[in-house]
Amino acid sequence: MARMKFLCDAERCIACNGCVTACKQENDVPWGVNRRRVVSMNVGVPGERSISVACMHCSDAPCMAVCPVDCFYHTEEGVVLHDKDLCIGCGYCFYACPFGAPQFPQTGAFGVRGKMDKCTFCAGGPEPDGSQAEFEKYGRNRLAEGKLPACAEMCSTKALLGGDGNTIADIYRDRVLHRGKGAEVWGWATAYKLPPSNGTKPAAASGGSKS
Amino acid sequence: MKAMRSIFIVAIAAGAALALSACGERPQVITYKQGSYQGKPDTPPWNGAQWGGNKQQWENAIHQRAQDQNEYKRIGG
Repeated sequence: MARMKFLCDAERCIACNGCVTACKQENDVPWGVNRRRVVSMNVGVPGERSISVACMHCSDAPCMAVCPVDCFYHTEEGVVLHDKDLCIGCGYCFYACPFGAPQFPQTGAFGVRGKMDKCTFCAGGPEPDGSQAEFEKYGRNRLAEGKLPACAEMCSTKALLGGDGNTIADIYRDRVLHRGKGAEVWGWATAYKLPPSNGTKPAAASGGSKS
Repeated sequence: MKAMRSIFIVAIAAGAALALSACGERPQVITYKQGSYQGKPDTPPWNGAQWGGNKQQWENAIHQRAQDQNEYKRIGG
């Protein structure tokens, strides 16, 4: 097994926020904390794209490097997790992370910052697997159940892929080979299955002569 | 004449040193060093009751689950 990774296909993401909802529901994430979010670029103009962003479980994670209490660790399958009992909520990891993954719940009238919370790749934390303590602190441990992260599995267009890096890279490569690139992805022929070379156009593609 | 030649050589050497000075630039990319984890130890996901420590079985299940994300294989394309 290589390393667990996320891959978001910008050609497929429709910014439905299903991944965000699935994550919040699966892990009982508190109000104000978003372990995953959808970022859209060029909104409303040609070339608009969206991608779903969360902790990327970096191989050389900056959050691990800057943590003053060393509460981060890499699991054997490459997931970056942390121990909330050790976290002091200083926020260094938030500044170090290029993806803005670390989140801090705020409570009370003065917005007291709590311990850091982030995507766990649905792998829980250092509490016993599947225990109530693990669920309350880190969310559900789907990996221990032989399942992949809820966000990826719930993605309606399968834009968000999650799992072993080699496996999802193969799936993406297969996808790109099937759909082609550029105009082939969303072109007229793709949408309406234009026959390649028989010379006749389907009714939908003929330009719509009114009678 | 000899003095002029010496000045010329010194000027050439100084110019070459100046031109090559950029080659000695140090890399400006930070090399992060991981700290040593101070928290509680975690158990791998295949050590639970469902897998009984059988890593290969867990990996096969995860691989199969990941393949379900490929609709070209799951429903045909």
